[in-house]
Amino acid sequence: MNLRRDVFQAIADPTRRAILLLVASQSMTAGAIASNFDTARPTVSKHLQILTECELLKQEQNGREIYYHINAKKMKEVADFIEPFRKMWEDRFDKLETIMKKYKSK
Amino acid sequence: MEQKTKINAEDGKQELVITREFDLPLELLFKAYVEPGIVEQWMGTKVLKLESKKHGSYQFETVDEKGNVVFRANGVIHEFSPNQKITRTFEMENTPFGVQLELLEFEKLTDDTSKLNMHVVYESVALRDQVLQLPFAQGINWAHNRLQDIVSKLK
Repeated sequence: MNLRRDVFQAIADPTRRAILLLVASQSMTAGAIASNFDTARPTVSKHLQILTECELLKQEQNGREIYYHINAKKMKEVADFIEPFRKMWEDRFDKLETIMKKYKSK
Repeated sequence: MEQKTKINAEDGKQELVITREFDLPLELLFKAYVEPGIVEQWMGTKVLKLESKKHGSYQFETVDEKGNVVFRANGVIHEFSPNQKITRTFEMENTPFGVQLELLEFEKLTDDTSKLNMHVVYESVALRDQVLQLPFAQGINWAHNRLQDIVSKLK
């Protein structure tokens, strides 16, 4: 259950979603992935570490380089689940609550 | 932390239930569904029309910075009981998701808290499951747009 929550935390971050999208088209090294972002290299490494721990990405040794590629099976598991839908409503309702609390104090 | 918004979507059914408790008096929660200016803020879309009454109708529209319509939805209101219930249809235009029936029940818990029960019925099980997966697909698209922004800055 914990692991499952971690997966959704992983995809909740826009940079990590962008990384997944990038790697979805082809396997890439950490350096190649980082060159697509303004973010500092260690930050991108941290994102890659999280995505790998959640099994959304897999590492593959190719000579001296480590390539990252997407774990389609895990991605499908995430896509099938309703958490993003719940999160969308949660965000809307949080906003509603914030707005109406201010409205009340007027 | 316990999640405030709960979704109950049983396998193989063409409906789902969304529930949420609010730190708001019932009247304020209901108002957030009635006042067009407030709906715009929390739904994140423009409200072209919102007639909160029996046989009334509504229309939402979102336009991106280039002026393209990225989202348009509409529906009609079948029942409107202030601070109690709204029954309405909802349809996203130019999408294959069909029309959904929404039964919204508003309930007072205490003087300062209230609860919303949103029962949504879709045309089929398959359509419900597609709508459930929609935000994930959009999330990927948003990431993609962001990526394009970054890439176009590099040029």
